[in-house]
Amino acid sequence: MSHSVFGKILVRQLLLAYRRPAAVLNPLFFFGVVVLLMPLGLGPKQTVLAEFAPGLLWITALLAALLSAEMLFRSDYDDGGLEQLVVSDDSLYLASLGYIVAHWCLTGLPLALFSPVFGQLLALPAEGYLALATSLALGTFVLSAFGCVGASLTVALRRGGMLLSLLLLPLEVPVLILGAGVVERAINGMPIDSLLSILAGLALLAAALTPVAIGTSIKISLEV
Amino acid sequence: MAWTWFHRLGSSPWVYRFSGTLLRFLLPLAIAMIVLGCIWGIAFTPPDFRQGNSYRIIYIHVPVSVVSLAGYYVMAVAGAVSLIWRLKVADMAMRVAAPIGAVLTFLALLTGAVWGKPTWGTFWVWDARITSMVVLLFLYLGVFALYEAFDNKTLASKACAILSLVGTVNIPIIYKSVDWWYSLHQPASIKFTGESTIDPSMLYPLLWMIVAVYLLYACLLLLGLRVTLLESEAKTAWARKVVMEVK
Repeated sequence: MSHSVFGKILVRQLLLAYRRPAAVLNPLFFFGVVVLLMPLGLGPKQTVLAEFAPGLLWITALLAALLSAEMLFRSDYDDGGLEQLVVSDDSLYLASLGYIVAHWCLTGLPLALFSPVFGQLLALPAEGYLALATSLALGTFVLSAFGCVGASLTVALRRGGMLLSLLLLPLEVPVLILGAGVVERAINGMPIDSLLSILAGLALLAAALTPVAIGTSIKISLEV
Repeated sequence: MAWTWFHRLGSSPWVYRFSGTLLRFLLPLAIAMIVLGCIWGIAFTPPDFRQGNSYRIIYIHVPVSVVSLAGYYVMAVAGAVSLIWRLKVADMAMRVAAPIGAVLTFLALLTGAVWGKPTWGTFWVWDARITSMVVLLFLYLGVFALYEAFDNKTLASKACAILSLVGTVNIPIIYKSVDWWYSLHQPASIKFTGESTIDPSMLYPLLWMIVAVYLLYACLLLLGLRVTLLESEAKTAWARKVVMEVK
């Protein structure tokens, strides 16, 4: 696997993150500090928090994915790494997929794994834990894919932050609705298979199509 | 041969002249149709047995909603054409389509709110379809903002083309959302298959208005296109000549 450009990019991104562990923890810290704000803003009543927990956790995940997306291509753009990638005869499609999967491994996956802890803090009923983790794992992949699209479109701009949210949040609305819906349904004891399937479908669709958009946008941003 | 029209689209003076001829017919037609359609809808249709006269805003609300959704496709297709064939006119059409679409979407939301007050008792409900229209508004604004953020306008239009193509993924979800979530909003009344739940005496003026707003959209698009053409070719002889003649 590590012979293809997909594996190379993936391993490289993970290695870069491993060498700067604080950066890996940032999304988790961000998630934690936003969760801390919720009871401060809404009041500490367990029943109130439990009612809003699915939506709050999902919105927080959305913001975490959004904020981490901005710097995705920045250093590779600045040091010419992206240019080398484009002029090499490696597939830009596979490379883009590598960036998406790496971003997901570093933001979405940890959030999904630690989500029961945050669920506990917001008094999420126990039935919702598995649904929250599964929906986050699937949904954040879509968020990473869209994040890469947005980052590749705005990498040539110096002040992309606000713009990136305006571009990405409307596209991510269906993921939020489905993701929070899954948790909501699980808490109410309803079957969640159908909604999870739709989320998984969106993730596959994103994996198949967004690398095309990302590859093209990288080329556009580099003016080649 | 049959494809020569396509190559002519590459010539700015030709597009400018042709759109001028087209507008000479289209613009009066669109305005006349909208005026007649409004009179028809306000004065010559029966009041709704439950909503009384307040439903008449449907003759504005539904057409602008329909065209604002279709406008996104116009923008995305124009973007795709400009990416694939590097056609400058398509590129400008995409750029012009974004603000027009945003205004139409805003009008759809505004008329919906005005209609919502007497019928639902509130200006705003977080219903799936309304929310989808807000999303559409932000998709339009995103394209607009991305274009403005670039200094290099060639890059800007390419990036916008990509963004609008990615955004098209959301349009089917907007349509589907009506079926996905049950809420206050009534289910779609016009069905292309099967019986409509709207009486023909109300349906015909509605269809008339939809056609009228489509025509108006085409006119606005062409008008915007002509201005953009003149702006971007301000240094060429033909553009100078056109502007001098108008003066």
